[in-house]
Amino acid sequence: MTHLRHPTHPIPPGTRDILPDEMRELRRLSLALIDTFERFGYGEVATPTIEYEDVLARGDERGAPVAYRFFDESGELLAMRSDMTIPIARLVANRYAGAEPPYRLCYLARAYRAVRPQRGQMREFTQAGVELVGAPAPEGTVEVVEVLAAALDAAGLTRAVIGLGDADLYRQLLDEVGVTGEARDRLLDCLATHDHVGLEAEVGRLDLDEQHRDTLLRAPTLRGGPEVLEEARRLGGPATDRATSRLAETFEALRARGVADRISLDLGLLRDLGYYTGAILEVYDPALGHILGGGGRYDELMGRFGRPLPAAGFALHLERLHVAQAEEERESAVRSPQSAGGPA
Amino acid sequence: MSGVPRPIRTAGDGPLSLAVPRGALFAGALDLLDAIGIGTSDLRGDSRALVFDAGEVILVTMRPSDVPTYVEAGAADLGITGKDVLAEQRDRAVYELLDLGFGACRMVLAGRRGDRSLGESERRLGAMRIATKYPRTAERWLEETGRQAEVIEVKGSVELAPLAGLADGIVDLVESGRTLAENDLEVREEIALSTARLVANRVAHKLRAAEIDALAARMREARRP
Repeated sequence: MTHLRHPTHPIPPGTRDILPDEMRELRRLSLALIDTFERFGYGEVATPTIEYEDVLARGDERGAPVAYRFFDESGELLAMRSDMTIPIARLVANRYAGAEPPYRLCYLARAYRAVRPQRGQMREFTQAGVELVGAPAPEGTVEVVEVLAAALDAAGLTRAVIGLGDADLYRQLLDEVGVTGEARDRLLDCLATHDHVGLEAEVGRLDLDEQHRDTLLRAPTLRGGPEVLEEARRLGGPATDRATSRLAETFEALRARGVADRISLDLGLLRDLGYYTGAILEVYDPALGHILGGGGRYDELMGRFGRPLPAAGFALHLERLHVAQAEEERESAVRSPQSAGGPA
Repeated sequence: MSGVPRPIRTAGDGPLSLAVPRGALFAGALDLLDAIGIGTSDLRGDSRALVFDAGEVILVTMRPSDVPTYVEAGAADLGITGKDVLAEQRDRAVYELLDLGFGACRMVLAGRRGDRSLGESERRLGAMRIATKYPRTAERWLEETGRQAEVIEVKGSVELAPLAGLADGIVDLVESGRTLAENDLEVREEIALSTARLVANRVAHKLRAAEIDALAARMREARRP
């Protein structure tokens, strides 16, 4: 293709066109994911790209940042959805009122977030995910993680890792040692922004005994295999005991289903969306510096739509999965040049 | 150890890569690496190479303000940069693991000695004019302290702006304060203290936890108290 200079017709920042070669690969990847979800009994749904702003806000006042809001012709405030979890909570409340739970739903959908566009982060992007509504922990969590592992296999990302943590742990730890008010907010803010230096400074300023101080600093750094649970137990206290037992129970069930190899236990995990309770998930692949997706439990979200039901789910970032696939291919070509047909 | 001409993305295996800032933090970063047993003699020479294989880690040299960009994308697993840079680029999602202690300096608001135009401009013209290389830090500080300002981003010597009449004052990083004094400027307000920090990519921090924690522990041990 030749590159001639010509007048351009702009598109909004953080959006892009997709041409046939890329679209073909994206289509193949999405079909593999949806097939996997269907195989586990998850039925695909679609919801409107636009919703009433107050319906989205009911889901979570601290949700993913909405990029686009506008008025319709009758003056109603609309917004482009920033994820699918809240629209599906609304859909379940509206449409499944008479049906017996659990509900297993999946989706492949565009979402919109107010982010600074750069590689691997666009304002318009595609999510592929599942929602399991009406199945409590640990069974519900275990099922969702199993589907996630199968989806990563279907995408060919055999080296991908699922981080499993507990959203309640740190908040309960703070309750336990009696950190309240602004100090509590500052500590949670340090954790959410991954600022361990700030965390150390804030904890140092608190009037706590040495053991509690150590627990607040150590807990967020514990991550890795099942040995992490032992280390966590040694920290002591009811909050870590509770979180550790929950994680251990989930981990054992995952081991029984043969997906424990993919799991990295992580007590420092704190997803930035406010609706998570209990288990939280993040997905990584060594070939990509960005997070591929995430999820977890949100047992209180459905209640805000009048159907108090336990729920869990995950969303994978389709375009990042695709980049990770391409990077993995490139790296396996570097690792074994002959088999990939590259120069030796 | 030698210059490495080929791509060095480690992506899960091979040695960790560490982004090393050239400029004011360069000497401190090299001293720290020497202190934990990572040889830096090739970096101290006049080599034009940008990437150095130091055995257990690959050292990638760059501008301090580029470090968060490389680390966020995973093009470097770890990096050393100033808190001033991290504060200016707050939306870069990286783990800030350790205060390395060296490279201490202050982010300040400065004006011409004995000159009252900072306050006068705000009172009579509704906004003070501030020249800076750190526009977001400056805007945040003035907003948090309840003042209006017109923040003007410049790339070169910021001290020139108030002398030439581009701005009433500057927000800049000050180490000894000598440059300010030589240009007849004085510190009016201290905004923040800054030192060098160790940062990590979010994925590397999870997938290479043991190696990164071990390296950070050695740096914690070696840093000046």
